[in-house]
Parts: sequence; C-alpha cells; structure tokens
Amino acid sequence: MKESAKKVKAILAKYPDSGRDALIPILQDIQDELGYLPTSAIMQVGAHLALPSSKIYGVATFYNQFRFQPKGRNHITICRGTACHVKGSGKLLENAVATLKIKPGQTSRDKLFSLETVACMGACGLAPVITVNDEFNAKASPAKLNRLARCCKDEITQERENS
Amino acid sequence: MIGIEANGRTVEAKAGETILSVLRREGIHVPTLCHMEGLEPSGACRLCVVELEGSANLVPACSFPVSEGMKVRTGTPKVLEARKTIVELLLSNHPDDCLYCSRSGNCDLQKLAGDLGVRQRHYREPRPSRELDVSSPSIIRDPAKCILCGRCVRVCEEVQAVSAIDFTGRGSRAMVTPAFNSGLNMSSCINCGQCVVVCPTGALAERSSVQEVMDALSDPDLTVIVQHAPAVSVSLAEEAGLKPATDVDGKMVAALRRIGFDRVFDTSFTADLTIMEEGSELVERVNNGGVLPMLTSCSPGWIKFVETFYPEFIPNVSTCKSPQQMLGALVKSFFAEREQLDPKKIVSVSIMPCTAKKFECSRPEMANDYVPDVDYVLTTRELGQLLRMFGLDLASLEPEAADSPFGERSSAGKIFGASGGVMEAAVRSAHYLLTGEELQNLKIQPLRGMAGVKELRANVGGVEIGACVVSGLGNARNLLDQIKVGRDDLHFIEVMTCPGGCVGGGGQPIGTERDAVKSRMETLYRIDREEQLRVSHKNPWVLRLYEEFLGKPLSHKSHKLLHTTYDKRHVPL
Ligand code: SF4
Ligand code: SF4
Ligand code: SF4
Ligand code: FES
Repeated sequence: MKESAKKVKAILAKYPDSGRDALIPILQDIQDELGYLPTSAIMQVGAHLALPSSKIYGVATFYNQFRFQPKGRNHITICRGTACHVKGSGKLLENAVATLKIKPGQTSRDKLFSLETVACMGACGLAPVITVNDEFNAKASPAKLNRLARCCKDEITQERENS
Repeated sequence: MIGIEANGRTVEAKAGETILSVLRREGIHVPTLCHMEGLEPSGACRLCVVELEGSANLVPACSFPVSEGMKVRTGTPKVLEARKTIVELLLSNHPDDCLYCSRSGNCDLQKLAGDLGVRQRHYREPRPSRELDVSSPSIIRDPAKCILCGRCVRVCEEVQAVSAIDFTGRGSRAMVTPAFNSGLNMSSCINCGQCVVVCPTGALAERSSVQEVMDALSDPDLTVIVQHAPAVSVSLAEEAGLKPATDVDGKMVAALRRIGFDRVFDTSFTADLTIMEEGSELVERVNNGGVLPMLTSCSPGWIKFVETFYPEFIPNVSTCKSPQQMLGALVKSFFAEREQLDPKKIVSVSIMPCTAKKFECSRPEMANDYVPDVDYVLTTRELGQLLRMFGLDLASLEPEAADSPFGERSSAGKIFGASGGVMEAAVRSAHYLLTGEELQNLKIQPLRGMAGVKELRANVGGVEIGACVVSGLGNARNLLDQIKVGRDDLHFIEVMTCPGGCVGGGGQPIGTERDAVKSRMETLYRIDREEQLRVSHKNPWVLRLYEEFLGKPLSHKSHKLLHTTYDKRHVPL
C-alpha cells in the first residue's frame, strides 16, 4: 500500500461505522495530512462510507477549501472578498490565470505554481491582497504579481544552475 | 377524499397527494422541469408554482400537499410572470444554439420560452465556457446547455443505482459532471441513456451515427445490412407522428429499404436463437453443477454494471452474446459465405432502443479477426431522424416483410422487448426441451407487466425452477445484494437495464414516461397473442441455421460466434 493510502486508512480508522455526516471532517483531515485530496483518497473514502465518488467529488467541489491537486512549490492565493473585489482583485485573478496558465484550484504542470482564491483574509485595509506561500502582499497589482512570479522562476533557475 | 378548489372549480383530492397530481388528473396543465414521475419531488426549479389563496408566496405544486378547502389558481398574472422570469433566468447564460441543437423541436426549455412568450432577452450573463464531453461511445454531454434541473442525476442514482454523475461546484460554476470532472468513459457510467431520455434540453444526447451510416449507404462497394430490435417497431410510431405504440414493423421494413439498406433483418430472429443457446447453457449448468443462478446477458448496460460493480458475479452471467451481436456475427460469417461477400465489405447496422448498444458493438470481444460484428448502432430516435431526412411517411408506406435468412421470428423472440419477455420465451422452450411437450398455456402472467421485480416458481419436467425478472438496475442491485448474503432459491434471473425493458430503453423517444412504456409493452403482448409461431424452438430458420451451419446449441461454432467473455472494469465507483 502506498504511503498516502496508509495515511488515509489511518484517518478513516478514526471514523468507524460513520455515515454521510462524517464526510466533511474526513475530507478535512485528509487535506490537512496530504495537502490535497487525491483521487485514490476519495475512492477510499467512498468505500469506507459506501458513497459513490461522484457524490464525494460533488460535495468536495462545493466548498472552496478543498484542492484536488498538490500545491505547487509557490502557492499563490488571491483574496476575492468584497473590499479586494472593489479594489480590482478580479483583474488580478484574470492576470494570474493568464500568466500562470492555471485556474484557481490547479497546479502548473511543472509544479512551480498553484493558485487559489479565498473569501476574505481579514486584511481589507491592504486590499487587494495576495499571498505567496503564506506571505502577505498588500495593494497588489497585476505588475506586482508578475514580478513575484518572475522572482520565483528565477530562484528555481538559479538553484538548477548551482546544482 | 377531500375537496379543493382549482381555478374556481371544486375537485376531489386524496389526502397526502400533491397539488400537481390533482391538477394533472383534472387536465389542468402546469409546466414542470425538475419533477419526475414516480420519484420524490425535489422542488428545485420552481417552475410549477401556483397561487394559493391566503398564502403570500407562490407554492410549488409538485411538492405542496393538498388540504381540505384549499384554493389554487394556476394562471394568474403573478404565476405567469414568475414562471416567465424563471425561464428568462435559465436563458440568461444559455448558448442560444437552437438551430444547431440536437433537441430543437422537442426541447422543454425552448417550448417553455415559447409558451410563456419570452421574446426578448432581459437578463444577460456571461456564458461560461464548458467543454463538450465526447468521450463516451453512447452519450454526448454538452454542459453549456445544462439548466441544472437534476433529472439526470436522479435517474442515474435513484433508478439505476449507478451514480456516475452529480452536481459539482456551486454558484455560477455549478455543473453536473462525473467524479473528478472526468469524461463519461472514465466514469462508472454504464451507457444506459436513461439520463438522455429525461433531460429537458440538449445537454445530453446520444452520439449519433447517422452520418457514418449515410456514408456507408452511398458507397457502391459496400453491402449495408440492417437489423431492428423487437422494441423498435412499437415505439417508432411516436417519432413518425403516428398513434403511439402502434406496431409499424412492416412499414419500417419498407422504409429501411427505401433508405437504401441492402438487406433488412429482424433481431427477434437471434432472440429466438438466444433462447436455444441460453436455454441449453442453463440446462448444462443445472445438470453439471455449474454456477447458478444464471444471469441473462442481452442487456449491455447491465453487463457493464456487473463488470463494474459486481465482478464477483461474472461467472453467473450467461456467456451468450446479445441478440444484436449474434445477428451481427452471423451476417459476417454465415450470410457472407452464403452470398460470397467479403465480411470486410459488409457494413452491419442495427436499430436499437438503446444507447448502451453503441458501446456494446465497440467492445473488442464483439469482433471476429478484428472485423466487428456490428459496425453502427442507431437509436429509435436516430431512425426517426433518417425517416425525416429521406422524407419517408410511414403512414403511406405499404408493409413489407424482412429478408431471409434472418427475417423470420417467433413472437417469443418479439416479446424480448418487454421486461419478462426473455424469461417467458425461455420457459416456453425449456418446457418443451425438458418434457417433449408444448406448454398448455403459453401466457405466463406473473412475468408480465411493469413491476420492477417479478418472480416465478415453476415445475418444469420435474425440475423445480426459481426464476426472477428485474428491470431498472436499482432493482438488480437489490437482488444481487440479497444473493450475496445468502439467498439461494433462484436458478435463472433476467435483468434488463431500463425500467420496463427495451420498450423503456435509453434510445427511445425523448420524454418517454411510464404510460408510454406500458402501452408499448401491451402492443408486444398483443402481437404475441395474435401470432401463430409463438415458441423459439419452432422457428424454422433457426432450425435450418443449426442444420446447415452451427450444428447444435453450444457447438464449437456457436461458441466461437455466439458466445463471449467479460472482464472486471477498473473505474472510480
Ligand atoms: S437546449 Fe433547447 S433551448 Fe438550448 S439550444 Fe438546444 S434546443 Fe435551444
Ligand atoms: S447513461 Fe445511465 S449510467 Fe450513464 S450517466 Fe446516464 S443514467 Fe447514469
Ligand atoms: S444535463 Fe439535462 S437532465 Fe441533467 S441537470 Fe442538466 S439539464 Fe437537467
Ligand atoms: S417541477 Fe416543481 S419545483 Fe420543479
């Protein structure tokens, strides 16, 4: 059994004889443990709760908190709360999708970037806000986001050359 | 009984029933979208709202229970306005693709917009870009046209117990998709097409093979033969605008010739042949301690269901190919030899009430030296399309007979189209094969009718047989679960994927409801009642085929051409 499958099994063991109401807590535990919800984990949960995977996937996609791909090396979140929206976070998101070529919830093929939108980070004074690997960037603009992305890329190129 | 007032008229109602059910009985039309006959109301679309005296808000008729003295109005300005707004909102991000849409002309959304007088766009929202899912050999999904009514999800889960699709995402991103947003072919979908029949829009449709068939017909080097399934002749009338459930067998044969098919065969012929092969297989299993209960194998959605969800039952499934595949295999062997044709130059088309048949004919097992038994499957609906394309009016065509050598059938083969028909045909022949005498009364009532589960205990030539007939995979799932925990009184089980059997198939006219299925079924039994040749083992051409070509049932040649194997499927359940 794969490492991740074992971890999921251990989590499921904490929810014996459970029904559908245990679904969300189980999914949260798995995401905390693995960083995302792999297909195989969803199928394990399905077998445990006797639920079809279409149902579990449906429930999981209803909530923004769940990811279905592992985070990239640089995880970017864009706040879509009201304050940030008013200050142009929509444009930011559009720009991010275009430059990184991924949609929210996705991870780039080279695994360098992943993108996520969040409801409100509680930093409305700094709107619009983005985070890169949990670091806050206030008053973000498309240009700033592009700069940050370039930095991350350069960092990798540097590393590769060094090694 | 209680009394309510509907549009100022006092009408009777049963306590506990919904407003909608009373109104329908009284002939008062209320439009619905999410409502499904026989299933619990979901109240999702609100299109069925009516005005209730004393209530500030409109109430949904499909889920609101009646109460003594309630006063309902269905056509007030408030009601009509509310309905119109709902439809306008549904259209706000709709692709407006009617001219090119598979459902133009029989789309509920289009009709509602027309009926309610929507002639202007009041709301405009960005159209989400949604990819077409063309991954399935049976069904095309076009999520851009989906109005999220949930009918497909419910039929897939509550009737078929498959749950291949569900709502995903929310708000403007909400969609109906298979698990992991994969294509249908990677999901647990078993291709039954029940979702297509209930979908009110063009979001779900069969994968059409009309163009491929037209191309074959116009190629002079090819011999194009066609077979038609037992349930098609009793449902095609609806596609052709004739009285529903009229049997148009002979007219259809005539039409198929006009379209240009070189030979027209009747799948009921190989239904008779199936009885010989499957009956012999059952006798062999019973006599030699083989795996029991034996499960029928005519319905490809059911086969895929077993392979996907209950692989442990694969040894129980009869190895017989379905009648469609048997006929295909014979066309490219016996018939090709007889007519001195190269099997590769024969195109074998079948008209089926079924979308799963499209998948079945593409299975690698269903070919001989890589030459597929059946090349293209057209649904009843696609045949309707062909008739319209060629401008053929069934009403004015004189009936013609199908071609030999696969044109003659017994009515036992014909009733294969109804749930219970295979079993009835099998019992008729088994009785003869085991006792040497014909059954006194050929009508086996317990196996007939619309019930999802029918059982029969019979003593056939001293052997006590337990038989069960189920249709709708939800019922099949229940039965398999019973057997898994020890039920052991059954020898032979007939399973049809679709409720009521092929007459209720996923390739049948859009919007087919229970009553339509029932009348088609009745027509099949009427045909049987009026027929002279009512048992498969007396079909002269079946006997000749054994004499001249196959030898005997379960012979080496039969095994090679008429039997098959199954495999466990690995898809997310
Ligand atoms: S689904 Fe209906 S309304 Fe939409 S494009 Fe097709 S026919 Fe027109
Ligand atoms: S074809 Fe049948 S199994 Fe597949 S999604 Fe539709 S209803 Fe479900
Ligand atoms: S695909 Fe059709 S049946 Fe399913 S939710 Fe959409 S509109 Fe309704
Ligand atoms: S039909 Fe009543 S709410 Fe949809």
